[in-house]
Amino acid sequence: MKMAIAKQEVRALSGDEAVAYAVKQSDVDVVAAYPITPQTIIVERFSEYVHNGEVDTEFICVESEHSALTACLAASATGVRTFTASGSAGLALMHEILYVTSGCRAPVVMAIVNRALSAPINIHCDHADSMVERDAGWIQIYVENSQETYDSVIQAFRIAEDPDILLPTMVMLDAFVISHTLESVKVLPDDIVRKFVGTRQIPLVKNHEGKLVPFKLDPENPVTMGPLDLYDYYFEHKRQQEDAMQRASQKIKQIHDEYGEITGRRYGNGLINPYRLEDAEIAAICLGSTAGTAKTVVDQLRAKGVKAGLLRLRAYRPFPAQDVTKVLENVKAIAVMDRSHSFGAYGGPVFHEVRHTLYDAATHPQIVNYVYGLGGRDMPQTLIHEIYKELQKILETKRVKKPVRFIGVRE
Amino acid sequence: MFQEVRWHGRGGQGAWTASELFAKAAVHEGKYIQSFPEFGPERMGAPLRAFTRISDKPINLHCAIYTPNVAVVLDPTLLKAVPVTEGLPEDGILVVNTRESPAEVRKQLNLTGRKVWTIPATDIAVKIIGKPITNTAMLGTVARAVSIVSLESIEKAIKERFPLKIAEKNVQVIKIAYKEAKSE
Repeated sequence: MKMAIAKQEVRALSGDEAVAYAVKQSDVDVVAAYPITPQTIIVERFSEYVHNGEVDTEFICVESEHSALTACLAASATGVRTFTASGSAGLALMHEILYVTSGCRAPVVMAIVNRALSAPINIHCDHADSMVERDAGWIQIYVENSQETYDSVIQAFRIAEDPDILLPTMVMLDAFVISHTLESVKVLPDDIVRKFVGTRQIPLVKNHEGKLVPFKLDPENPVTMGPLDLYDYYFEHKRQQEDAMQRASQKIKQIHDEYGEITGRRYGNGLINPYRLEDAEIAAICLGSTAGTAKTVVDQLRAKGVKAGLLRLRAYRPFPAQDVTKVLENVKAIAVMDRSHSFGAYGGPVFHEVRHTLYDAATHPQIVNYVYGLGGRDMPQTLIHEIYKELQKILETKRVKKPVRFIGVRE
Repeated sequence: MFQEVRWHGRGGQGAWTASELFAKAAVHEGKYIQSFPEFGPERMGAPLRAFTRISDKPINLHCAIYTPNVAVVLDPTLLKAVPVTEGLPEDGILVVNTRESPAEVRKQLNLTGRKVWTIPATDIAVKIIGKPITNTAMLGTVARAVSIVSLESIEKAIKERFPLKIAEKNVQVIKIAYKEAKSE
């Protein structure tokens, strides 16, 4: 059944405010957060909603990010809906608990404002903080603007809590470029968001007596979560996490589509967001807000007859390998843009993933890597033009002279 | 329509607020907007910049603004302190808080081309609000200098932002500034 598109109100919201508003509308039971930098306006705004009685959320102001996530994990284990936000050093401090959360299959939702890691001290955007957590068993979604931030946080609750998935989910927004920039955001009425997110569904599991009980901490029906689990079963539990990740690919698409029916907004298929790729010979690949600027560059190149396209990866975990391969099947030269670096590695993390994914592609495209924008260094149109210019050269010569490059840096 | 505005102020003068109010006024006219400050160490009195993008279509760009259509200077001492006309194109517009005439500003900056508007914003603000906060006077002047956003929409944005009494005074300020702005 085709649903009518809901009436939506346009507001000027920063990315941070868009997150707080989405959380406010998503009927969240517990929010735990550490309020000091690298924390952002997200929890400040949300704590105002709590103070004003606009939400009935239990807001726990804790002494560190390690505790913030621990509190969310514990609350989530009792079957309620939870949210937290962090970034940079705060996310790094959560590292240990990120694994505990995914291992306990606690569907915590977290907004990450992507900020560089110290030292030197820097509060601006790069993706080092969340890239380092790509292996922690969380679903990772990178957004392009404030509108998508709002949309993705709402979708994240559905994704994380889906009984077929039960994986914690991070929504990543670029520091300042999205988090502190006011943009036009269409917001849904409260009741429509409520209906979309629904109440958390708890799947049934077999308890120690073989009886089916809800998978949550409940004195009436006790279950054990996160106990000692050695070589007898640990591996099976990790394998189940991987299975859940694989199932998540399809679910992310479905939930994204269902949301699109209500709002009229879609970001590609929910996993990847291609732009003018249909007949493209050259393409850049990136995550986050840079994609917006790159679209403008692609339009300029297209106007000159250059067959340029762009691919934005919206989901990074699960990595949409099949979709990436399919959408790039006719592209001959590709530039992978990384807003973080793995020191000593052969290129940045997105490069590794994309190049490895395309290893078996029949077309054997030429692939070049550009590390850019560390610590908030701006990525203007001129530099993106440089990348496409290099791609045109690669297309002509069929040769990548220097596969790993840094752009926009003094060398 | 696609316009980029750069606001030059000093910490505490409300340059970012001006940028936000301008953007919110444009939302009332059904336009797409972006408003962002340049973040560094936040200190009272230090020169800072804020930016607004306004368009008829959704805005994809997520980079800094290098060639603004309009540059607005909230503090006259900034004319000598920072390059306020940097990247301002030949048909760009410079709006300055100063008691001086547009011709005098042009001479001081050794500026050719562009359009220059001036307004004694500090005097107006002190007289009406009782404080040298010049951002709303500059908004009124910008409304006059460029037809991006109407004075009525700016008034609406101010009324949403401030408590009634403060809003009323600021609305008075934008109206005076709109009327008294000078150009050449």
